[in-house]
Parts: sequence; C-alpha cells; structure tokens
Amino acid sequence: MVTLGQRPATRARHTPRPSSVQLKIVMAVSGALALLYLVAHMIGNLKIFLGAEAINTYAAWLRTVGEPALPAETLLWLVRVVLTVAIVAHIVSAVILTRRAHRARPVKYAHRQPVQGSYAARTMRWGGVIILLFIIYHLLDLTTLTLNPNGVPGDVHANLVADFAPSRWYVTLFYALAVIAVGFHVRHGLWSGLQTLGHNSAAAQNTLKGVALVVAVLLTVGFLSVPFAVLTGLVR
Amino acid sequence: MTSSYTDYTVGAPVADTAAPGGPIEERWERRRFGVKLVNPANKRKMKIIVVGTGLAGGSAAASLAELGYQVSSFCYQDSPRRAHSIAAQGGINAAKNYRNDGDSVHRLFYDTVKGGDFRSRESNVHRLAEISLQIIDQCVAQGVPFAREYGGLLDTRSFGGAQVSRTFYARGQTGQQLLLGAYQALERQIDAGGVTMYPRHEMLDLIMVEGRARGIVARDLITGETRSHLADAVVLASGGYGNVFYLSTNAKGCNVTATWRAHRKGALFANPCYTQIHPTCIPVSGDHQSKLTLMSESLRNDGRVWVPKRKGDDRAAGDIPEDERDYYLERKYPAFGNLVPRDIASRAAKDVCDEGRGVGPTGLGVYLDFSDAIGRLGRSAVAAKYGNLFDIYQRITGEDPYAVPMRIFPAVHYTMGGLWVDYDLQSTIPGLFVIGEANFSDHGANRLGASALMQGLADGYFVLPNTIGDYLAGARLGPVDPGAAEVRAAEQEVANRVETLLSIDGNRTVDSFHRELGHLMWDQCGMERTDEGLRKALDRIPELRREFWTNVKVPGTGAQLNQSLERAGRVADFLELAELMCLDALHRTESCGGHFRAESQTEDGEAARDDKNFSYAAAWEFTGQGEPPVLHKEDLHFEYVMPSQRSYK
Amino acid sequence: MKLNLKIWRQAGPEDRGRLVAYRVDDADEDMSFLELLDVLNERLALDGEEPVAFDHDCREGICGACSMVINGEPHGPQKATTTCQLHLRHFRDGESITIEPFRAAAFPVVRDLVVDRGSLDRIVASGGYISAPTGSAPEAHATPVPKANADRAFTAAACIGCGACVAACPNGSASLFLGAKITHLGELPQGQPERSDRVVRMVETHDTEGFGGCTNTGECAVACPKEIPLDVISQLNRDYRKATTGGRRSA
Repeated sequence: MVTLGQRPATRARHTPRPSSVQLKIVMAVSGALALLYLVAHMIGNLKIFLGAEAINTYAAWLRTVGEPALPAETLLWLVRVVLTVAIVAHIVSAVILTRRAHRARPVKYAHRQPVQGSYAARTMRWGGVIILLFIIYHLLDLTTLTLNPNGVPGDVHANLVADFAPSRWYVTLFYALAVIAVGFHVRHGLWSGLQTLGHNSAAAQNTLKGVALVVAVLLTVGFLSVPFAVLTGLVR
Repeated sequence: MTSSYTDYTVGAPVADTAAPGGPIEERWERRRFGVKLVNPANKRKMKIIVVGTGLAGGSAAASLAELGYQVSSFCYQDSPRRAHSIAAQGGINAAKNYRNDGDSVHRLFYDTVKGGDFRSRESNVHRLAEISLQIIDQCVAQGVPFAREYGGLLDTRSFGGAQVSRTFYARGQTGQQLLLGAYQALERQIDAGGVTMYPRHEMLDLIMVEGRARGIVARDLITGETRSHLADAVVLASGGYGNVFYLSTNAKGCNVTATWRAHRKGALFANPCYTQIHPTCIPVSGDHQSKLTLMSESLRNDGRVWVPKRKGDDRAAGDIPEDERDYYLERKYPAFGNLVPRDIASRAAKDVCDEGRGVGPTGLGVYLDFSDAIGRLGRSAVAAKYGNLFDIYQRITGEDPYAVPMRIFPAVHYTMGGLWVDYDLQSTIPGLFVIGEANFSDHGANRLGASALMQGLADGYFVLPNTIGDYLAGARLGPVDPGAAEVRAAEQEVANRVETLLSIDGNRTVDSFHRELGHLMWDQCGMERTDEGLRKALDRIPELRREFWTNVKVPGTGAQLNQSLERAGRVADFLELAELMCLDALHRTESCGGHFRAESQTEDGEAARDDKNFSYAAAWEFTGQGEPPVLHKEDLHFEYVMPSQRSYK
Repeated sequence: MKLNLKIWRQAGPEDRGRLVAYRVDDADEDMSFLELLDVLNERLALDGEEPVAFDHDCREGICGACSMVINGEPHGPQKATTTCQLHLRHFRDGESITIEPFRAAAFPVVRDLVVDRGSLDRIVASGGYISAPTGSAPEAHATPVPKANADRAFTAAACIGCGACVAACPNGSASLFLGAKITHLGELPQGQPERSDRVVRMVETHDTEGFGGCTNTGECAVACPKEIPLDVISQLNRDYRKATTGGRRSA
C-alpha cells in the first residue's frame, strides 16, 4: 500500500541564489549604467569635430570638474568606480546565467534550431566577450596610453589621430567591429533591460524596439564617426 | 447451454433511497441537513481515492482536501491539467438571470428536464440548476477569466435548447479555463499535502472488501508496476465512453476502463445507449483520421446551417444563389431555428445527407455559414467571438471560414449513460461514488449544450463533498490489511490480464480492432438505430472480441511505458461495453433524445417516446463476459415538468 | 506523399538514446503529424518492433500533451499550432524531418519523445492559484473586472502548459509559462491579495526545478502555440521587483 502525504522528491533540491529574476535585474541596471556612460562618452568624442583645443579642454575639464570643492579627479574616479562595479556585476551575472543555461539544457538538439528571435539577442554572449576584450585594449590604448603610438597625456586629439592613422588600418578595423558589436549589444540590451525592469507591454513593444534600434544606431554612428573622420582626413 | 446476450432477464427494480421528498426546491437543503457529518479530527484520518482530474475529479479532489480528508488523485495523463474537460469550448450554464430575460432556477431545471427528453430525475436536475449559481461565483473567485462586457460585468450568450442567454463563457475555451481553475485549486492542495497526486497512473481494477469499495489497483504507466492503493471511499470521475466509436471528439486516451471494471464488480451501468452526437464537427477527411474535432455549438448563435435545395448540387457554396439554399433548421423549427438541441440538429443533418444533399467531397457534410453575421456585425466582431474556432477550422481543413462557409457533420461527443448513482452520487457498491460524465444522472437521454461543465463542477465542488460524509460517518470502516485476500486477488487479476495481452502475439494491431469496433458501432448504434442493425452488431461484437483475445499484437513488455498495452486494455473493455450498449439500445424500442430508433418516429420524422413502457432508467447488472445481463429498472416520476412531445417548432 | 523521418529513440531515462531513420511511403497531406506517427507505429508494431512513444491526448490543440521538436522547432514549423494540429500539407513530398523530444534538464526524457513535465505542475503548486476554498466565494458580480484586464488575463490564461517555451529557449527557461500565470492572476482583482507571495514563490520553484534564467531572446513567444505575448515576462519581472524590494511581501 502507498502512504499518503508524500512530497515530491525534487523539493529537496537546493534553490539557486540569487534568483534568475534578480540576476536579470542586475544585468538590466548595470547595463543601463554602462549605456549612460557610453552616451556621455560618445558625445564627448564628437568634440573632436570642434577642433583639437575643444576636445583637449574637455578632457582636462573631466579631471578638474568639481574643483575646488572636490579634490582633482574625484568625479572621474567616482564614475570609474561605479562603472567598474557595474561592468563586473554585469559580467558576473551573465556568467552565472550562462552556466545555469548550460545546466538547463544538458543535451543539445541534433537538428539545430533556426534563429527565430532577433539576431542581436542570440549574439549577446559572444558579443559581450568581444566587447570585454576591446575594453581592455581600449583602456591600454587611450587611457593608460601604453599601446598608443603617440601617447602624450592630455593631448587627446593627437593621440586619436595617431591611433587611427591609415597605416594602422587593423586598429581601426578592430575598433569598428567592436563598436558594431556594442551596437548590437545595445540594440538587444536596451530593449531587454526595459523588458526586465517591467516597462514593456504588447502595445509598447514595437515602440521600445524602435527606440532601442535608434539608440543603438546613433551610438554606433557616433563612435564610428571619429575613426572614419581621421581615416578620410576630415580630422587631422 | 449457451445463452444469447439478448436473453437478458429483468431483476428487481432499483430505487434511489437517498433522495429526499418534499417540495422540489427544498430537497437539496433537506438532504444536506439530513446527512451525517464527519468531525474534522476524523476527516484527517480518512482516505479518499479520486480517479480522474477533469472538472468533476479535479474539483472534487481539491474540495475534499479542503475539508480535511486525505485524498489520492489519479490520472492517466502526465498532468492533471490535461484531462479532456479542457477541450470543452462553448460555455457553462447558470440561472443567474443577469440578462433579465426571464431566466430562473426553475427555467433551467425545466429546460434541462425537457432537453433530456424526460429521461432524467427531477430532483437531481433541480439541484443542478440551484447549484449552477454557486458555480459561477466559485469560478470567478478562483480567477477564471470569463468574458466580460465593457462595464466589467460578466457576459453571457445563448445556447441550443434554451431561449434565454444564460451561458457564461471564456472565448471558445471555457472548459480550459474552468479546468485550470479546478487544477490550480488541486495543485494548491497538493502543495499543502492534502492531495497526493499520481499522474500517469491508470486504474485497472476496483478493490472490494466485505462488499464495499476500498481501493483500486493502478498501473504506473512509466514503470509498468501495478499495485493497490487502499482508502475509505473511491470516487470515479473518469469521464465518458464515446471512444467506443473509435472516432469521436473525445481525447485519444478517454476510456471506459475505470467504470467498466467497477461495473464488473457489481456497480450497475445505466442507460449505456444514450450517446450524444454533436451536430457541429469537422467532417472526416480520410481513413487515416484518428479523431474528430468539434466546432462549438456556440457557432450556431451566428452561423446559419444550410444545404443546397437540389440533390447532387456540386457548385461551390458561393455560387449557389440564396433561393436555391435550404436553411432546413430555420424552415423546420422556426421557434428555435439554428439553436435546436443537439440530437435534433444532428438528425436533421443526417436526413439531408441521406437525401443526397450533403456537401463536400464525401457528401457527409452541411454548411455552417457566417456570411450574414459578418455582414451584420463585421468581421472583427465575429473574430472576437469565434476567432479561435475559425483558426482551428482553418488549420485542419486548409479553408478560410471567413470566406467560405464551414462544412460540418455530426460526431460522437458525449455519453449520457454511465454508472448508476443515487441522489448522493453513490453507486450500487457502497463506498463507490461516481461523478461527472462517468455517472448517468442528470442529462436524461440528451444533454443540453453548456451543461456538462455545469454538472461536472456541481458534482465535484458542491454535491459530493456534502454527501460523501454521510457514507463515511455511517460506515464505521476499519483499516484494510494490504495483504488481505481480496486485495491480493485484485492485484493478481490485473497482473494476469496484462500478462495475457502481452503474450497473445497475434497479427492485428490494437487500433485495427478499435477501428472495426468503432465503424460497427457508428453504423449500427449511432445516430439511428434499428432492431435489425443492433442484432447484427450483437452478433459481430462477440466474434470480434474473441478475435481480439486470440489475435491481437501488443509489442513491448509490461515493465515500461507501453502505449500499445495501455490501448489494448482499454479496447478490451470497449469490446465488452459495446455489447451492453447495443443491448440497451435494442431493448429500448422507443426513441428518446440521443437514442433514435427508426421504428419509433412521428409522421414528420421526430423521435417518438413511449412513456408508458419506457419511463425508466435502465440499470444493467453484469453477470459475466458475454453473459446476458440483468436489467434493473428505476422508474422516473414527474411532478413538476409533465412529459410532453418535445417541440422546438 | 513520402517522408524520411529521423526520430529520437531512447528506451528509458538511463539510455543514451539515438536518432533512428524511418521512411513512410503512404503519408497523406491531410494527415496530422501525429497521424503520421500512428501510421509508422502500426507498421512497427506489426513488424514486431516497439512503436515510438509520444505524448498526445486531445489532438485538438488544447490539452498541451503533445511535445516534440520537429526540425529544430517545438511543435514544428507552423506558427501558433501544436503538433497534433500540424498537417502534412506543410511539408514537401520527400522531405527529411528530424523529430526530437523537448530538451531541458527540468524535462527528463521518459522514453523516446515522452518527457516528464511535472516541474511545470510544481511551479503552479507553489503559488499559481487564487486561494478560494469551495463555498467561500462572494456573488460573481460583487467585483466588476474592467474588460481590458479580463481580456489580458484571458490571453495569458490561454497557456496550455505544453512546455514549448522551455524547449525553444536557448537558456531552458520557463519564464513565459511562469509569466503567463503571473499575468493571468495578477490582472484580476481576485488575484491581488496573494500577488507578491505568488511571484516570489513561483520564481523560487522555477529556479529550483533547474530551469535557466530568461535573457529576453524572445524564442519562447515565437514557439508558443497559443501566442502568449512576451510582455507577460515583463509583468513577471515587475511584480517580482515590487515584491522583493517594496517590503510588501507578507510571508
């Protein structure tokens, strides 16, 4: 005879923490911070079209803003810390979610599923890895100037022009690919973040997708315009 | 000596001793006051087995657990949410009179007794009409998303056999939404520990100890293990037996095994010949067909049924001018028009097809045309009401019903017959309760649309939880020893049967037997029955059964998921039930509701009842496979709705 | 028509399983996909081979039992259609079709194409209901529900619990299933008292059962035979955020 009141054995399984929804929220919030930074960064980059002085002054201002109330570079470091925390949180969450995803489908389909959702959505993980590698290079190139052919602190304009010189086409190509990867990442990420933070409805879905696309395109074009201008001699 | 199955004997009448007397509107209240109560501390010690998780079984299991009983719930599907109640489309009746159109409990009672062609019990039907009010309240509280009007109040629509608008609905998926309500209540109790769920388990026998139902033998469909489950009472909510016809609107897995096994153990089976043929199904397209799909009766609210006036007219529907179309339901039944009850609409379709005026490649179909409704209401309004049904139709047939009329044909849909139960829903086996479509109680010889959901939920939520206590409080049951001889014998019987099915290793598949049986039943015991045809069937069925038991091929073993084996057991029981259905149909020489005997019709082809000789429920007692059964009659008394020739003209 | 099938055969949970090729020469374009398997199974049975096990029941697209992946897509290529309602007229004569079970750790394979989806039931058991014991209900018209809410609740409630969303999701997440129930009950006034508890408990069970997390790829909504909209996941996220940050959770 069978006794009543048995509980399903699976109840004994442990509950993963943080919950999948919490991880998504971390992804969304950290992604939003990174996106805000990207927008500001892109706008700053565009100052190169106003001449060498404009962008160099702007770069200097970033280091002195808040003075004399605050010591030099306070705000800059504040932004750097917040951004680093956000990016680390973003990556850690992504790694946890990816590992859970692999555990959730231990046996793959023999017949590969055709991509049905958006292409951008399917490429978030590899795109993210490419972006991370680029960020490391980008910091060494234009922040620490370790890898920059000009490498003069404060002379942003000259550093950029040297960086994207036609002879260094491979750097420009890498930069362009990375920026496009960022575009794709933002295209799905922005929409996804809004979905995660609960600002989506069937009616708003197309609008939100449109907004995400526009933001992604503007960012991509904005960032690409600088190397393109150097390459074509528009900025020299 | 060999006796023919048609040599049945008439035994002692059977009486409903649980039914209270008094004015009809007080009877249910009296009965509830009359039942013995089980005190809450004792409920916790009592175990109840519920077989089936449809509207009746799901709601009963949840409600019994809420009362404090220990419930074990069984279903053959992988989840209780998949029971076939989920496929009910149209709606659920309730006498709320929200429309102020003259509805009342009494009118619902009246319509249901009349719709059942005066072959149901007045007391039961009245109780059903009363409870209909509570069902809507209960379901709304559970979050069933019924259709609503802009003011936020519940919407209703009309259904066949009624002139008031009392059918509550959730688009074309009312059964699904009601079942999910019951399923969620059930899951809540599973989580709380009140219900132990056994999905993918099939009941294969009833365990009786000292004349009472004390448990079941069930097979775990995954491991193949058969074992006994013991309890203080057993509730069967295992649905109807329409799949005896092979092609029906039932799910593929629907079967008679649970009730048939109980019947073999002594429960009387009442009115097995009462089957409902639903008028609006998608016609059969070929021999490969495995099931039929219903198009909700609600479509007849706005769709108009017609065939060409001329025989053999093979023009496309759109090419047939208005004056060459015969809107035969509107012509023959001006008062109810396209909304006549199901049995009448089905037979009318059969008649025009028999005349050679049927449409479609097989000639077995009539048009259900929405062009008027689309013109009047607009395409979007029609889509809002019936969109999902139109989609189903288009997926199956590849035709667009917004552009060309649907083609429909009747198909087996529901069985009014079932195990005989008293007012408390208890069968003739003490401790065995039967609810929902599995019992015979409330619909007489024909069920009205949107009443199955009502009855299933009435039984499960409100009737059974109130009446089962009377048995449990009075029975003074001791525990059953799992090693008792009766238990061991039942287990052994099941094991032997499984073993036998696997060892025959013949040359025909289970499905081929099922198809042949289905064809035979549809031809001889379907929409129209004759003495000659039924006798033919009664000759053929035992032969087919013998062939089955000597020539069926069931591959695989018993210790695994074996879907052929599952089907084989079910078909074996259908092969016994079919015989009883034909006998019941043969003995009832009158026509009534879904049972139409060609010999008994009025001058204009309507069913002619014979109240003098057949105003009873026929409850059959099993005496052995192929042995003539014993007929026990329960006389029906009408005090409030006087039997008359049903007229929908 | 003739069809070449490659079907996943697996004797039991412990078996490794493999794809086996079959050929059906007498298919008919009016057949449903499951009827194609019926034809194959009849032949296998007569040849003394074991038929292909697959879940199915109502065969009219509502019970949610059928559960196979056809050429990489749950329920096959036809939009908004379950396998049982998929007809062969959508395939070419001579086409090769690969049929696999739903793949997810939370849906272990039982045999061939049959998987155990009990995890979905356990998600519902952990909170996917409104506590309304039988008999306790107020009059149905006591609480009007705005039509817009009722309609949205219905749209979400149309979920048939088949698990195609999980099968399609690259993360093996059941978020669409979960979001549908959260949305169904959360849109109704009756569902408010338990709203916060419900979402927290259901998400917890979802994760415990081994489903992956949602990354909004949208594959689920494309595969869903009942066209449950993706925004139910948004509603799930919003409810979860409010429930876990607002201090509104009662238990």
